[in-house]
Amino acid sequence: MRLPASGATTAAPVLEPLLFELEREGRAGRHVRGGENADALIPAGFRRGEPLRLPQVTESQVVRHYMHLSEVNYSVDTGMYPLGSCTMKYNPKVNDRVAALPGLADLHPRQDDASVQGALALLWELERMLVKITGMDAATLQPAAGAHAEFTAMLVFKAYHAWRGEGATRRRMIVPDSAHGTNPASAAMCGFEVTTVKSDARGNIDLDALTAALGPDVVGLMLTNPNTLGLFEERVRAVCDAVHAAGGLVYGDGANMNALLGLTRPGDLGLDCIHINVHKTFSTPHGGGGPGAGPLCVKERLRPFLPGPGVVREADGTFRRSSDDRPRSIGRVRSFFGSFGVLVRAYAYMRTLGEEGMVETSEDAILAANYLAARLKGRYALAYDRPCMHEFVLSAAAQKKKGAAALDIAKALIDEGFHPSSVYFPLIVPEAMMIEPTETEPKETLDAFADALLRIADRVESDPAPLHDAPLTAPLRRLDEVTAARHPVLRWKPPSRP
Amino acid sequence: MSVPDDLRYSKEHEWVRVNGDVATVGITHFAQEQLGDVVFVELPDQGASVRQFSSLGVVESVKAASDVYAPVSGEIVERNAQVVEKPELVNQEPYGNGWLVKVRLTDTAEVGTLLSPADYRAHIGETAPSGA
Repeated sequence: MRLPASGATTAAPVLEPLLFELEREGRAGRHVRGGENADALIPAGFRRGEPLRLPQVTESQVVRHYMHLSEVNYSVDTGMYPLGSCTMKYNPKVNDRVAALPGLADLHPRQDDASVQGALALLWELERMLVKITGMDAATLQPAAGAHAEFTAMLVFKAYHAWRGEGATRRRMIVPDSAHGTNPASAAMCGFEVTTVKSDARGNIDLDALTAALGPDVVGLMLTNPNTLGLFEERVRAVCDAVHAAGGLVYGDGANMNALLGLTRPGDLGLDCIHINVHKTFSTPHGGGGPGAGPLCVKERLRPFLPGPGVVREADGTFRRSSDDRPRSIGRVRSFFGSFGVLVRAYAYMRTLGEEGMVETSEDAILAANYLAARLKGRYALAYDRPCMHEFVLSAAAQKKKGAAALDIAKALIDEGFHPSSVYFPLIVPEAMMIEPTETEPKETLDAFADALLRIADRVESDPAPLHDAPLTAPLRRLDEVTAARHPVLRWKPPSRP
Repeated sequence: MSVPDDLRYSKEHEWVRVNGDVATVGITHFAQEQLGDVVFVELPDQGASVRQFSSLGVVESVKAASDVYAPVSGEIVERNAQVVEKPELVNQEPYGNGWLVKVRLTDTAEVGTLLSPADYRAHIGETAPSGA
C-alpha cells in the first residue's frame, strides 16, 4: 500500500485498506447453515478440495469498506466528467428501475418464446428504433460492446466479400489517423492489413490520400463521424462514394453517434453499417468490466450476414427468435440474446426521451461543447478552430513549453474538483486535451469547469512548477504510471507464511 | 546529440545505422520524447522478413501504443532482447542500447531514400509541437 507522500500541503485521506487487510482469524459476518448437505447435493468431481479463501470480516466491516470506497470515488453521480470520447453523460435512474422490473430481470434465456413475448417485443422495437435513428435496414443486438461490434462488422465485411468471390483479394482495411485504436485492432483481429490515411488541415480525411490508398484489394474504410477531433466529416458523401467506387464498404464507428440523433443519419450519408455504443449514446452504465452492448446496424445488402438470432414479428402480432433473414450468417458472436439488461436500459432511455427529446439531446451536447470551446480557446489552442460537434480537442503545447504539460493540467483539474479530460488522444494533436461536456451539464457547471481550466492556465503563466505535484487533494498523489504498466500487480496475494 | 550525423532517418522517426549489409534500427530521440516513458516493446522474430515502411513492431508508452515502421526491407537477423526486458532503454539510450532490431538489407539502395540528418532535423522542426 502506498500512503500519500509526506509533506503534502493538503491533508489527504488515508487509503482504504483491502478487506483482507482488515480480517482477523475466525471472524465471520454470517453463520452459513446447511453446508453439511453440500456433499449430498454436489457430485464429488465438482467439490472444492480446499475452503474458499474469503476475507474474515463482519458484515458491518464490509458495508463500511464499500461506503468508504464510494466516498473517495468520483462518478457522474458526484460531478462533471468531461472525459472526451467517452461520453460520460448522466444515466437517468429510471433506466435501472425499468431493468429491475421482475418481468424483465427474472427471465431465463432458455424460456420458450411464448412466455417472453414482452421481452421479445422490446428487443424488436429497439432494433427498429436503432435502424430508424441510423438510417439502416437491419440490426443485430448481439455484440457485447463497441469493439465487439467493430469486430462483428469486420467479420460481416469479410463474409460479404467472400460471398462475392473477392474474399482472397480484398485484404486491406483503411483507417484514418484520428481513429480510435480499437479500429485498426478489430481489422487486424480479422486478419486484415491496415492502411492509415492522414487528416487534412481542417481535420477531415485527406481525400487525395484516401483515393491513393484505395484499390481492388481494399475491404473498406472505418469511419468515425463526427471524428475523434469532434469534427463533422465535411465531405462524408465523397468519402463514401470513393470507397464504394473501389468496391469497398464503409464501416461507421458509432462512438460519436450521440452528436447526430435526429440531426442526420449515417445511412443517408452513405455508410454501409454503424455500431452503437449504448453506454455512450443511450446512457447505459459504462463498463468497468461489467456487461455492455454494442448493437450493429447495417444496410440491406449486409443483412444476410448478420449474427443471429434476431426477433421477427409474425402476422398475428406474436414474436419469435429467428435467424431466417440471415441465411449467410457469420454465426453467433454472443450467447443467448446479448446483454439483455443493458439493452432494456437503452430502450427505457429512448422511450423516456421520445424522438424530439433525442434530437434535443444531441443539440444540447453540441451547444455545450461549442460554449466551452469558445470560453477556453483564448487561453488554450483549439487544435482545429472550427465549430465542433459534441466534443473538441485543445492543445496544451504552448503550456508545455512554459513548464506544465497536458498531464499536469489534467491532474490539476482533480484539485479543482473535476474529473480530468482525456489527454494525449487523438494522437495527431500534440499535448491533446479532449473535452466532452455532454448534454447533461447545466450552464453553471460548464462555467465552473471553464473557470477551473482558466485558473490553471493562469498558474501555468505565473508559476507552473507546483502543477507537477498535482493532485494534492486526492487520496493518492501523482501515480507512478510507468511502474504500474511495467510491473503491474493485478491481484492480492496472501503474505507468505513462515 | 538528438539527431546524430552518422545515421539515416525515416519520416516516421526511425533511425538506421548501416554496417556492411546489416542495418541497426531504432526510434529517434525526438520520437521517444514525444511518446514519453516507454513501457512495452514488441519486436518481430529473428528470421522474419520486413518490407520498407510496413509495420515492424510496436512501442507502447504511458500515452499511446505506436507502430514502428521498417525503414528498410530485409530479414531480421537480430532482435534486441534487452530492450524487450527493459523498455526504458528506448528512452535512456535511443541510439545506443535502446536499438530495436538488426536487418540484413535486401536492397542497399533503399537507404538512399531515407532522410539525411539535416533533412530529419527540418522534418521534426515542421512536425514538432508549435502552438498547434
